[in-house]
Amino acid sequence: MATGIKDKVAIIGMGCSKFGERWDAGSEHLLLEAFSEAIQDAGIEKKQIEAAWFGSCIDVVNVGNSALPAATALRLEGIPVTRVENMCATGSEALRGAVYAVASGAVDIALAIGVEKLKDTGYGGLPVRTKGTLNDMWMPWTSAPASFSLLASGYMAKYGISREDLKRAIGRVSWKSHVNGAKNPKAHIQKEVDLETIINAPIIAEPLGLFDCCGVSDGAAAAIVTTPEIARSLGKKDLVTIKALQLSLSSGREASTAEWDGSYMVNNRIAAAKAYKEAGIKDPRKELSMLEVHDCFSITEMVTMEDLGVSEPGGAVKDVMDGFFDADGGLPCQIDGGLKCFGHPIGATGLRMAYESYLQLLGRAGERQLENPTYALCHNLGGSPHTHVAAISILGLL
Amino acid sequence: MADISISSYGVYIPSNRMERSAIAEAHRWAVPSLKGLAKGQKAFCNWDEDSITMAVEAARGCLKGATGSVGSVVFASTTPVYSDLQNASIVANAVGLDKVSTLDATGSLRSGISSLINAFERAAASDTLVLASDNRLGQPASTQEMEYGSGAVALTVSKAGGIANYLGSESEAVAFVDHFRAPDKPFDYFWEARWIRDEGYVKIVPPVVTRLLDKVGVAAADIKHFVINATTGGAEAAVARKLGIAKEAIVGNLFAQCGDTGAAHPLIMLASALEKAAPGDLILVVGFGAGCDAVLLRATEQVSQYKAAASVASALAAGRSDTHYMRLLSFTGQIDLDWGMRSEGDQKTALTESYRSNDMLSPFVGGKCQDCGQIQFPIMPMCVNCSSTKPVDQVPLADAPAKIMTCTEDWLQYYPAPPLCFGLVQFDNGARVMMEFANITKEQLVVGMPLRMVFRIKERDDKRGYSRYFWKATPNTAAQG
Repeated sequence: MATGIKDKVAIIGMGCSKFGERWDAGSEHLLLEAFSEAIQDAGIEKKQIEAAWFGSCIDVVNVGNSALPAATALRLEGIPVTRVENMCATGSEALRGAVYAVASGAVDIALAIGVEKLKDTGYGGLPVRTKGTLNDMWMPWTSAPASFSLLASGYMAKYGISREDLKRAIGRVSWKSHVNGAKNPKAHIQKEVDLETIINAPIIAEPLGLFDCCGVSDGAAAAIVTTPEIARSLGKKDLVTIKALQLSLSSGREASTAEWDGSYMVNNRIAAAKAYKEAGIKDPRKELSMLEVHDCFSITEMVTMEDLGVSEPGGAVKDVMDGFFDADGGLPCQIDGGLKCFGHPIGATGLRMAYESYLQLLGRAGERQLENPTYALCHNLGGSPHTHVAAISILGLL
Repeated sequence: MADISISSYGVYIPSNRMERSAIAEAHRWAVPSLKGLAKGQKAFCNWDEDSITMAVEAARGCLKGATGSVGSVVFASTTPVYSDLQNASIVANAVGLDKVSTLDATGSLRSGISSLINAFERAAASDTLVLASDNRLGQPASTQEMEYGSGAVALTVSKAGGIANYLGSESEAVAFVDHFRAPDKPFDYFWEARWIRDEGYVKIVPPVVTRLLDKVGVAAADIKHFVINATTGGAEAAVARKLGIAKEAIVGNLFAQCGDTGAAHPLIMLASALEKAAPGDLILVVGFGAGCDAVLLRATEQVSQYKAAASVASALAAGRSDTHYMRLLSFTGQIDLDWGMRSEGDQKTALTESYRSNDMLSPFVGGKCQDCGQIQFPIMPMCVNCSSTKPVDQVPLADAPAKIMTCTEDWLQYYPAPPLCFGLVQFDNGARVMMEFANITKEQLVVGMPLRMVFRIKERDDKRGYSRYFWKATPNTAAQG
């Protein structure tokens, strides 16, 4: 009988590069920046790492295929290094690989590291990709904001919300993240933006404007994990452990049958339910201390609040407008600024979410520190609303 | 002998209509004389339309799903998409025809009418679908740019009776070079219009028509509808006068509404004559170009009952005025706008995959699960609903009613006619497909909008000169009521 992942693995060190338009740094520099911080934090020698999982998503820029770029950049000698890729949830997959390796008992200490160098494309937004030979034959060739803007279409139709009210609510989602990100020295965008500017920005994909979209940035993040026992033997006192790690993918049902109404993400709900069960959380709105969600676009974050069971179906607009997810609200969300301010270097994002959760749980978040957080939820999302990869991790103190 | 007839027809004219005044205005600084031609509109292809997609739409309107009796398909065009890759077979597959003989006819503005005559003369046990489609290109500031239009027509020739019976034809080949275009040249090269009228139309056409009328035993004065594809220069009237055909019989050349659609034009004009003809009316159709073809038809009793699903009238009514001359230049590839780096993506098609999936992609066919009944697209080896691996039943989606489920305008992605509009399309039969929306306005981009499917270019691979086709959804204005 499977017992789940709860408290079997502790994080003993984390690192995160400065995110941004890192014209000065290649992937290898970003990897080293995140890795150096993580290993110093863990207080171990590099040779104590027995296996590594490396997340990178886009082959055409960044580093190319395989885990060799990570093994080479970090000079990881003679250990298994595995590259993982699961669209925008790639960073979470790297963490999952390392955590499962430790939990299985196969290794004592493992590294999860992810990087993406998006600013080598020459233009804004994510690089243009093929969807595979068959899908390219029939699937529209669209941008990421446009795929996610369909959620707004579905949400407005289901709840009868006007475009104006929706624009104000999702605008406030972005406004709140900018307020938070302004306090984070590692964020790409450290600037507050007033709500009217956000609402009136040029349209990228109807109804999403420029400020409804996350930044496009370079960055890397890393985690070093081991068992709680070994962590203690290394002298760690306050332990952040993995309470849940769940992943759920679309089977095609939303995209190919009439079941789904387009107003939410099916697998967010499935992964959340499993994660709460694994972590033993009954009432997420009350029990969770903070959320780091995949706000690739403002509408995604707002809808995710309902998918996570934090807001009632159709109730996210009110919660957002009431400030429930603000830094001083009932359940702070994107306290580090989120993808909105960090941008979305794909291989790193899931680990960057874990990094902020780790800092907050250990009381090391400086100006952004929340009061006594106990459970942090990270939600990392890949694909499009109609066909997606939903990764949910819950971190907490042991 | 059973009557050999035209049993059905369909016409397609792209809804993009450039105001000729906008073209003339753009060239006024250099060629002010174009103002004389600056009347009405010319039809031009959307970025995702070409002679193949237009022929598919005309054929769909002509066949209305009744493909059973068609045994051969001929595709006539002076602007075929491919030089070596049969255009007729691409069209045939898209309209669900496979067990048919196919042939391309090209190289002449007469290719359409000559193909029709050929179909009449060789009328076999099975019906022939005659397609004529042209996407004509005129050099900026040329007379041809003003005159040319784009359009397609499909006609079914049958031995089983129809709306117009074939009475006979005559042809003549004459080395009268009024214009020409070598394969590597983008534009036609034309001689003086007055010479073409006086030495060409007026001297070449009448003897051929006279031979035909004599052979069939019909007097010129009895011709009720005279179709001749001379867009400008007064050639129609001069030929009619010389032949003794009443001036009122001359069928309008559609210059003001869509322009000269080349190989398709005499047959589109024939379709417009059929829409006005009374039972018993004699219809004379003349095709001109390095010689002459003349065909005589008589409208049958059925002509007044026949309701074309894609009529000339409806195609003309669907026009949308456009004054952005730069759009025409961009769609026709005559100006290379800077679309940014996002447009650099490689659109190479895996021909192996294209062939594997042809049965579902070309005619837009979904699969119905034998176990649970779910209709789905694309057809995968396992049912999306119940995981059954039994072979699915084929369900055509091209004519299936559907609505917009979700929608957006994408201003970020590269698209040759921004914004890219797309969303989830919900078919009434339960299938759901993420699709691009073609020719949709901002007002029409709303959840619940009724849709119909159209065959379009999905992506152009300019690097290799290959277009891949797929279906797009467009507002079904008829269903909107």
